[in-house]
Amino acid sequence: MPNKKKVLVANGQGFWGDSILGPIRLLREGPLDYLTLDYLAEVTLSIMQKQRSRDPRAGYATDFVKLIERVLPDLVAKNVKVVANAGGVNPHACKDALLAVIGKAGQSGVKVAVVEGDDILEGLDALLQQGEEFRNLDTGRPLSEVRDRVLSANVYTGAFPIAEALGQGAQIVLTGRATDPSLVLGPLVHEFGWGVGDHTRLAAGTVAGHIVECGAQCTGGNFTDWRAVPNLAMVGYPIVEASEDGSFVVTKHAGTGGLCTVDTVRHQLVYEMGDPQRYLTPDCVADFTSIRLAQEGPERVRVDGIRGKPPTPTYKVSISYLAGWKATGELTISGPDALEKARLCARIVWERLAYDGCTFAPEERLEEYVGAGTCHAGIAGGELEAAPEVVLRLGVKGSDKKKVDRFGSELVPLVTSGPPGVTGFAGGRPKATEIVGFWPALMKKELVRSRVSVFTS
Amino acid sequence: MKVQLERIASARSGDKGEGSNVGVLARSDEAYAFLKEVLTAERVRAHFHAINRGKVVRYEADNLRALNFLLLDSLGGGGSASLKTDAQGKTHGLALLRLELDVPEEILERTPAR
Repeated sequence: MPNKKKVLVANGQGFWGDSILGPIRLLREGPLDYLTLDYLAEVTLSIMQKQRSRDPRAGYATDFVKLIERVLPDLVAKNVKVVANAGGVNPHACKDALLAVIGKAGQSGVKVAVVEGDDILEGLDALLQQGEEFRNLDTGRPLSEVRDRVLSANVYTGAFPIAEALGQGAQIVLTGRATDPSLVLGPLVHEFGWGVGDHTRLAAGTVAGHIVECGAQCTGGNFTDWRAVPNLAMVGYPIVEASEDGSFVVTKHAGTGGLCTVDTVRHQLVYEMGDPQRYLTPDCVADFTSIRLAQEGPERVRVDGIRGKPPTPTYKVSISYLAGWKATGELTISGPDALEKARLCARIVWERLAYDGCTFAPEERLEEYVGAGTCHAGIAGGELEAAPEVVLRLGVKGSDKKKVDRFGSELVPLVTSGPPGVTGFAGGRPKATEIVGFWPALMKKELVRSRVSVFTS
Repeated sequence: MKVQLERIASARSGDKGEGSNVGVLARSDEAYAFLKEVLTAERVRAHFHAINRGKVVRYEADNLRALNFLLLDSLGGGGSASLKTDAQGKTHGLALLRLELDVPEEILERTPAR
């Protein structure tokens, strides 16, 4: 007898800052088994480390706790399980805050699991001493060159610790830097009992995770043919309806806005893609050139045929470090002659700074004329010179914080000492902010130990 | 006939380290076969001359009728080191769709416009 079981896994959050309506409406407007939520971009973990260094109870996605507080009655009533990488660099603090709001709501017996082991910042020096060099994947340089400026260091972990947490009865699974697709693959591994050697199915679950990991980007958001997308205001977030054999259907709740077609799914498959034959994850290597897509019905895209290979012997490590300082500021320049005057304003700023001994190399400074072909520089044609107004955006960066701050004080004076029509400076002087550099590296898998612990409200 | 790439393809782009990727999705099999021939990495590199300072690498995914271009130095540093408005290359897909191409009539006839 073939296994007819279907598992519904949705993603309600494509990044930290995505709309809270995604998960709320997923829970409210139709059936669901799992709700996954992705909160981590590369820069997020370094911000969280900084928050934690100031407050030992901080360093996680606080939005997640607010969301759970709001949807808890629905979650419990419908027995929907939640998998989120909201734990950031302090998953236990996140768990404590979560248990507090669950307790306050009078819900007892809710199990919250913490998956950890991804955060290697504390053990970094020991690993370096053991001979791990963490050479930069792009430049080949050893990490020792920036070791004293490292802000965070996390391993991208996979689906199996998540499945283990679900196996221990957790209703909410909190992880640190689990890969985005593993939030979806973990529940599938748990539900269908897929093994570590089952690379074909693991690749299929990985593709499912990739398709939904950016929320509405596979259901009509950011779609080239946007006029064809109905009701984006009430866009339905994506749901994977998965089967044991690895095939799945991408869909969304009936009656929601947006569009779920072969074309919208195809758009998301190429998002942030590198070599389509080698999509690397901790659990497998997925071959995106093997994916078959078919429109099975309205708002239903069938996905199958996916091939996978064994994973590499290493984990990817995401290390962030302080890489300097930057500042950007904007002024709005009205016409007539908006673009010409904006160019003059930029020249004035650089000249005044130079008079005071403050100069920046060409690659350390930015001039943008927003409204006159910035995003598509050198490509967009048209009457750019005739723009009725232009936003002049200037920026600098460098290792000297004082110099970067000095730049910030020469923008506002243009209102009274530049050409006429300079306005729109509401934010005060631009201040130097840290540049967080990324240091992608690899690390032997056997050096990483994932741990799962379960707590009950 | 001279048309913009948008007539026979759609696109999506995003960041990849210090560069961006642009996935180009042909609107028909005929358009895909044509684009595989003419939309070379060199041509894409020339198109983004004022944005991308690095090499361009092309991958193919026939099953998706997709060409995937990596613009290796298109974000002015990438991540938080970029000063650019479009620090993630979100608009690079639409920028490529502005490319003017000379497309044979029979391909246009077999390729539905959006």
